[in-house]
Amino acid sequence: MKFASLTLATALTGSIALAGQVGPEDVAFNDDGAIEASLTGAPGDAANGAVIVGEKSKGNCVACHQVAALADVPFHGEVGPPLDGAGSRWSEAELRGLVSNAKMTFDGTVMPAFYKVDGFVRPGDAYTGNAPEGPLPPILSAQEIEDVVAFLATLKEE
Amino acid sequence: MNFKAMTAIAALVAAPLSVLAGPDEDALVVNGEIEMVTKTAAPAHMADAVDEIYSGWRFRSDETQALQMDDFDNPGMVFVDQAQEAWDTADGTEGKSCASCHDAVQDSMAGVRAVYPKWNEDAGEVRTLATQINDCRENKMGAEKWKYTGGDMAAMEALISVQSRGMPVNVAIDGPAQETWEKGKEIYYTRYGQLELSCANCHEQNYGNMIRADHLSQGQINGFPTYRLKNAKLNTAHARFKGCVRDTRAETFKPGSDDFVALELYVASRGNGLSVEGPSVRN
Ligand code: HEC
Ligand code: HEC
Repeated sequence: MKFASLTLATALTGSIALAGQVGPEDVAFNDDGAIEASLTGAPGDAANGAVIVGEKSKGNCVACHQVAALADVPFHGEVGPPLDGAGSRWSEAELRGLVSNAKMTFDGTVMPAFYKVDGFVRPGDAYTGNAPEGPLPPILSAQEIEDVVAFLATLKEE
Repeated sequence: MNFKAMTAIAALVAAPLSVLAGPDEDALVVNGEIEMVTKTAAPAHMADAVDEIYSGWRFRSDETQALQMDDFDNPGMVFVDQAQEAWDTADGTEGKSCASCHDAVQDSMAGVRAVYPKWNEDAGEVRTLATQINDCRENKMGAEKWKYTGGDMAAMEALISVQSRGMPVNVAIDGPAQETWEKGKEIYYTRYGQLELSCANCHEQNYGNMIRADHLSQGQINGFPTYRLKNAKLNTAHARFKGCVRDTRAETFKPGSDDFVALELYVASRGNGLSVEGPSVRN
């Protein structure tokens, strides 16, 4: 129930193209791979971020990371480090960079870039296995990135 | 990362699921007589990548493993029986069956699976079992080609694999096959799709780790065709490759394409030394 209303909220915010939004091509990473400015200018919604991190059709971050705060979501992977404490280890700007394109922080990491639209080898139309019809959208929207960042910022070291 | 701490957290988070940190130590003996090599030293060509190679069987649950230990329990064996019938049945304009040219499959096909894909001198190309089967159907029998990843093909591959069960995979990667092998290697290490993941990212760097609910294996094909509980049928290697490439949000290659033939040769060579297991059972 809570889940459905959260998803609805995403659908609503997602449909409003915000004027001040930074597009995937225009993101400014600093030398350490962080992004200082918000991608939307609007604050992130940590509760929605939590849904995106756990949801298979969204960020599916738990495919690779364990997150103790999301213990009710089944099956957390071990490909990446646990995200517990990420909000203490990284600043908001660093987290934004990590989620948008972790390769700018960790050279060659297996972690996918969630706010990137070009430079791929044989990109497909989501999980269909077919070539895309038009330009690729990023895996997460600007606001979804901000929401995930807001959620990660709540994961403090005990 | 502190590995112990990670495992402890994993146990807490995914409590109902027993999190395995790698391949298990179980031994595979089929029907109490065929001793399978499911772990061995990596072939020389991959010495800089991993020390040991493991069959996918080592990464499955005890329940799934058990299904492959006895042919009466192995759901893939039904298809072997079906293919045995096809082997003996004439098809096509020439009125011939496989048996017309190859006699008893037990004799003529022993050892064949272990060395495929293989360079074919007359054709001037590397051929997979499936290409060879379809070549016989088309040119020797005057019969329709089978769909590359279809049920008839998977079953015939299973029948042919059974004749080599327990023998070590031993595909040649040098000489005329080398160019194809190099091409397959390049595909294996290319990061495809919007997720930018290569075969190696999952099956070389992360085998033993969980990715969501899946326990990653080395992605070996010594057990193919494989009966999957998930779709309740025999699956060919190219169908599996296609699924894995699709899961990187990529445009896949076609089963039977030069690209997947090259990839099959390369992946098979990463299993040189493991036993032929097909038809294996996986989840
Ligand atoms: C395919 C695997 C994969 C997926 C999916 C993935 N990550 Fe990662 N992530 C990694 C790996 C591996 C690292 C470690 C960086 C390295 O050394 O390569 C990492 C590192 C991180 C870090 C830094 C970890 C720390 O605390 O030091 C954060 C934060 C992070 N990921 C967040 C996310 C979020 C949020 C998502 C989803 C939107 C996500 N990841 C999806 C594999 C993944
Ligand atoms: C995003 C991660 C990922 C990538 C990338 C990936 N695979 Fe897989 N693959 C899996 C998972 C998960 C399974 C099922 C569990 C297992 O056996 O590893 C699997 C299974 C397999 C299997 C079946 C193994 C068995 O014993 O039944 C083969 C073969 C395979 N993969 C080959 C490949 C090849 C070749 C590529 C590259 C073209 C590739 N994979 C890319 C995740 C991946």
